Amino acid sequence: MQVSQRPVIVLDRVTKVYPLPAGDVVALNNISLTINEGEFVTIMGPSGSGKSTLLNQIGCLDVPTSGDLSLNGRDVRAMNDRELTDLRLTTIGYIFQKFNLIPLLTAYENVEYPYLMKHRKNDDTGHVRRLLSQVGIDEALATHKPPELSGGQQQRVAIARALVNDPAILLCDEPTGNLDSQTGIQIMEVLAGLHRRGRTIIMVTHERDIAAYAERTITIRDGRVA
Amino acid sequence: MIGKDILFRLSVRSVRLHLLRSILAALGIVIGVVAIAAMGMMGANMTLSVTEDLSKMANILVVRAYTGGGGGFIGPGGGGSRVVGSSQASDEEMITEDQFRDIDRIAGSYGTVYYVYTQSDTIEIGDRRGRATIIGLDPDVVPEILELADGEYPKSTTSVVIGPRLVDRFALKLGSKLDIGDPDEGTTTTVRVVGILPERGMTLDLNTDSAIIGSDKLYTGIYGGEGEYDQVTIAVDNLDEVATVKEEILAQLNRKEEEVTVQDSSRILESITSTLSTMTSFVMAIAGISLMVAAVSIFNVMMMSVTERVREIGILRSIGTQKSDVRRMFLYEASILGLVGGGIGAVMSLVIGYMVVLGMVGTTEFFFAGESLWYIPFAMAVGITICIISGVYPAWQASNLDPIEALRAE
Repeated sequence: MQVSQRPVIVLDRVTKVYPLPAGDVVALNNISLTINEGEFVTIMGPSGSGKSTLLNQIGCLDVPTSGDLSLNGRDVRAMNDRELTDLRLTTIGYIFQKFNLIPLLTAYENVEYPYLMKHRKNDDTGHVRRLLSQVGIDEALATHKPPELSGGQQQRVAIARALVNDPAILLCDEPTGNLDSQTGIQIMEVLAGLHRRGRTIIMVTHERDIAAYAERTITIRDGRVA
Repeated sequence: MIGKDILFRLSVRSVRLHLLRSILAALGIVIGVVAIAAMGMMGANMTLSVTEDLSKMANILVVRAYTGGGGGFIGPGGGGSRVVGSSQASDEEMITEDQFRDIDRIAGSYGTVYYVYTQSDTIEIGDRRGRATIIGLDPDVVPEILELADGEYPKSTTSVVIGPRLVDRFALKLGSKLDIGDPDEGTTTTVRVVGILPERGMTLDLNTDSAIIGSDKLYTGIYGGEGEYDQVTIAVDNLDEVATVKEEILAQLNRKEEEVTVQDSSRILESITSTLSTMTSFVMAIAGISLMVAAVSIFNVMMMSVTERVREIGILRSIGTQKSDVRRMFLYEASILGLVGGGIGAVMSLVIGYMVVLGMVGTTEFFFAGESLWYIPFAMAVGITICIISGVYPAWQASNLDPIEALRAE
C-alpha cells in the first residue's frame, strides 16, 4: 500500500446549493479535503447527509456552486460541459450501486464502450478481454447482455468498464448495495486488489464492514465533514 | 465505417427492440414516399405523353377570332363552342367568311386550309341520351384531313362519321341512326353513321374521339350561322414554313386591329405543360401532407424512445459520452426509420407508380424515362429528410438531459 503524497483530488471550501422554490438547500457546506494518489477512502454518512452530492462533484457530473475543486491538478469549475465529459471518460471510472450497464450492449461491448469513445476505434489489443478475465468474466459470459447476468456478474462487468481507460480515480457509489453479502465480499476483494496495485479509490457506503476495506474514512453530516 | 460505430449499433438495436412501433412509424414514411413519387411520375408521364402527341401536330396552325383576352384553349369543343339553341352567337367572336378567304389566299399555297364549325350538343340513340361534339366541315376537305378506321366518308347532309369513343359508349356501328339535339327543346335531326374514325388522342386541330363529323350544310342546317366559323385550321406541308405562314396571317389580318389569333403547337404545349406542372405540384403537395402526418408519427416514436431511454442516456453521459454523440445516436435512429421507410417506399413507388400511370395516363411508354423515374429518389430524399428533421428535437432533448437526473430515472 504505497501512498504517495501527490494530491489527486483537492476540495477547497466547496459549497453546493440547490435553489428550490421553498428556499435554497445547502447540500455541501464549505467542504475542504485532499485525497492523495493511491489512497482508498470511504465516505460515510446517513442518507441525505450530502455524500452522494460530494461524489457527484468529484465525478464531474455536477459542479460546485462555490469553492475550488481540482482533479489531477485541473480546475473543474473552469471547465465547460465538453471538457467535463472528457474528464469523466478519461480520468474517472464510475461504479454504481445499480451497475448501470447499457442493456442493449453485451458485457464485452459495455466494457469496450468507453474505450471506443476515447480512441474512436475498436480495441484490437485484447485489453478489454484481459480486463474481463481479471474481474472473473469469461469469454462465454462476455457475449451475454446485462439482463442475462447475475448482480455480481454485472458489477464485475461494471468494474471492468470503469477501468478500461485506465482512470486516475475510481469512484464507487454503494458498490455492494444491490448484492448479497457473499457477492459483496467478492466485489470488495476485487476493489481491494485494484487498490493494492496503486489505484485511487473513493467509495460511498453506509455499511461499516464494507468501509473497513478502506484505509481512511471521511464522515459527512449535514453537508459538512464531521 | 458507420456500421462499426457503437452508437449506430445501439440505434439499430433500439429500433429492433421496438420493432412493431418502428415499423408502424416507417409505414407512414412508406405511404408518403409512394404518394409523392406516384403523383410526380403521373404528372411527368402526362407531360411526356402530351408533348409527344403535340409534337406530331407541329405543322398545324389554328386561327381563331381575337376575343381580347386569352382566347380559346385546346381545339374545338373548348372555349370555341357556341351556346346550344342560339342560332346566332352574339357574345362570341367568330371568323367571318371574308377573313377565311383572306387566310386561304395567304396560306392556301403552303398547305390545306379549312374552316371548322363546332359545338357541344345533346344526342339521342334509341332511348339513350348523351353529349357529343358536333363538327361541321367542308365535305371536300374531310378525306384530306381525316383517316377512316371503317366505312366511308359522308356524301350527303344526313350522313356522318363518328369518333371511336362514341362507338364504345353507345354501341354504335356503321348504319346506326342517331338524333342530334335535345327533343325536350324542340327539333332534332336524324343522321346515319357511315364511317368510324380511328383513335387520335389529343390533337391541336380537331378532337374527334368523341365527335360527330358531318358536312358544313348539315351543321348550319341545325345551328345556322353560315359563314361564321369557330376556327380555321391550316395544315402546313413544310414544317419550316409554319412560322412564315403564322407571321403572314398575323401581319395581314391584324394590320388595322386585332382580328385573329394564331395558335401553334409550341404555344399550346407551353400552356399545357405549365398547367400540368401546376397540377402536379398541387397533387404532390397534397401527397406531401401524408408525409407531414408521417413526420408527426416519427417525432412521437422518437420522443417515446427518448423517454424510455432516459436512464440509458444518463449512463452514457456519466461514463463520458459527449452531448453530440447522444444527439448522433438518436439521429441515427430517425435516419434508420427514414431509410427503411424511404427504401421500401421507393420499391413500392415503382409498382404503384406504374399502376397509377397506367390507369391515369393510359400508357406506360414513358414510365422508365429519366423525367419520370427521377421522382423516386426525389420522394425518397424528401422522406428521409423529413424523418431526420423529426428526430432533431428529440435528439436535442436527449442530449441536454442532466446526467444526475437521468440516472435517477427508473
